[in-house]
Amino acid sequence: MSATFLGMPGDFPKNAARAVQDSQLRYNLRKATHTIRGKRAAVVDELPDWRELRAAGKAIKDETLRHLDRYLVQLEEAVTRAGGHVHWARDAAEANRVVAGLVKATGETEVVKVKSMATQEIGLNEALAAEGITAYETDLAELIVQLGDDFPSHILVPAIHRNRAEIREIFLDRMGDAPPGLTDEPAALAEAARLHLRERFLRSKVAVSGANFMIAETGTLVVLESEGNGRMCLTLPETLISVVGIEKLLPTWRDLEVFLQLLPRSSTGERMNPYTSTWTGSAEGQDFHLVLLDNGRTDVLADEVGRQALRCIRCSACLNVCPVYERAGGHAYGSVYPGPIGAILTPQLRGMSSELDASLPYASSLCGACYDVCPVAIDIPEVLVDLRAKAPHGAAERAGMRVAGWILDDQTRLAKAQRAAGRLRRLVPRRLPGPLSAWTDTRDLPEIPEESFRDWWEREG
Amino acid sequence: MSTRHSGAREEILGRIRRAVEGAPEVEIPRGYRTTTDVADLVELFAERVRDYRAVVHVLPAAAVPAKVAELVAGRRMIVPAGLPAAWAAPAPDVDPRSADGVLTTCAVAIAETGTIVLDTGPGQGTREQTLIPDYHLCVVGAGQVVGGVPEAVARLDPARSLTWISGPSATSDIELNRVEGVHGPRTLEVIIST
Ligand code: SF4
Repeated sequence: MSATFLGMPGDFPKNAARAVQDSQLRYNLRKATHTIRGKRAAVVDELPDWRELRAAGKAIKDETLRHLDRYLVQLEEAVTRAGGHVHWARDAAEANRVVAGLVKATGETEVVKVKSMATQEIGLNEALAAEGITAYETDLAELIVQLGDDFPSHILVPAIHRNRAEIREIFLDRMGDAPPGLTDEPAALAEAARLHLRERFLRSKVAVSGANFMIAETGTLVVLESEGNGRMCLTLPETLISVVGIEKLLPTWRDLEVFLQLLPRSSTGERMNPYTSTWTGSAEGQDFHLVLLDNGRTDVLADEVGRQALRCIRCSACLNVCPVYERAGGHAYGSVYPGPIGAILTPQLRGMSSELDASLPYASSLCGACYDVCPVAIDIPEVLVDLRAKAPHGAAERAGMRVAGWILDDQTRLAKAQRAAGRLRRLVPRRLPGPLSAWTDTRDLPEIPEESFRDWWEREG
Repeated sequence: MSTRHSGAREEILGRIRRAVEGAPEVEIPRGYRTTTDVADLVELFAERVRDYRAVVHVLPAAAVPAKVAELVAGRRMIVPAGLPAAWAAPAPDVDPRSADGVLTTCAVAIAETGTIVLDTGPGQGTREQTLIPDYHLCVVGAGQVVGGVPEAVARLDPARSLTWISGPSATSDIELNRVEGVHGPRTLEVIIST
């Protein structure tokens, strides 16, 4: 079973330095991020009203967060009215207990799972294993990660750090029913996964999912996916348990008209993902349970600057444009949330008491590319700067210095960082924040360059 | 088992109220398009569905039965209740696990995104019936095609279970190579009846 990130050793600069040594990883990441980035740009440019959709998306999420208590109660009533059951969980342990209890009540010892960041965040698979319940991941990438006893490294393509030959090895070693003549053709590997999971889908009685959106007004849950494993899990089992962060709410059914445009185009760079499922309460007689998860979200909500991170719809666009992510890889962030969003979400959800979490706000050159692509306009650099000011001094400052050193340790990177300073100066006039001040204090900040870091990155990166 | 009135519920709601106290109210600007200005909806829809590597036929209504007959010949098809009798003889009870394919209509179709939406209404079968078989043949009436996502959302009933389908099942999880068909139907064929 794949381990959770909780307690992963090291800190961002150490992890990143390790990743930079791994040329396969860097090659895969570069190929993946550049491919998706190009596709995203094409389908975003195609919409004449992207700017208006983004403004609406941002405001709808802010409005939801402003009245989150009211909307959650409304959701609870709607789900209950439609025959579903709603549970509340303050933290990971409570959510895991609720889910384990629900599975045990069915008498089953196996569940199928559809990719869900919330259940990874709480370490549900491990908690279920401790109760004698086996959770099977069904998303192809999650299956690769789980069979390989590995960590996901990208929100959208979690196994992006594995190449086809490695995936073939993992399947032959761990899958049990992999055909002996299995080649490393992607189609053959996908077929092996299809056959491996089909019987499991057809016989499973309990499924666990997350959700991309929940509609307060109607009690409807929404899951976007590509492969059809989500449809299998949502449709076939007698019992469905969905674990969803409290911020995944949208007030009205109509709001989907915004988010079903923003999310697929930002995420996979498609006009629409292959499958979107929506259901309300107990659909077609299913026993439906919704577990509403806090686990640090209300702490994030209490922070006036940081709360915008709760707008995130997990599209991963910010990962794909981030120069630091591309070099460091997803694992360096030590969390299920990698990349720029992870750098602002993880320290807020978990606090900054560990060296890793305190170093995350430094895992950025503040170039602002993440903000530009974010479909709900989260100003990630603003939150990073704010978190740096709040980070506990000693350890964070040392980690920050090492990140600064890592970003700036050769001429090329220095040049990039200098260009990035253009944006930085708008945020924090004259002086770089936190540990970087040690660097700027002894040097004049460069003039704002003609060409921004972003432009350079677009061209050369 | 329900934790509806547990301490967790009250505690989370209390934390939220404290966290947002005094935060400003938010206006939602809806300046985006809620209608679309597309000259030929059917043509755009056909083009966008083809982009997903689905097979598309655009035919006058009178030619649909013959085309359906041709495409389902030799296949063991699920034919749910509620389809026009002229298309195919009803066969709603074929076991999805042994069926070669399923024939349906849809609730609404979206031109801009090349999406068909099923709502389990007449002629659309159950969610299981349109998921397990490897081949999905969907007949879309020209009048069911709307321009964009907002028009589709407005037409759909949230109380029904919806499946939005944009091309065949696909994955890009292995080195970002797109592979059609993992768990859902590997072949999607669409007839647009004009
Ligand atoms: S922060 Fe924005 S761009 Fe990044 S994953 Fe979240 S929604 Fe997407």
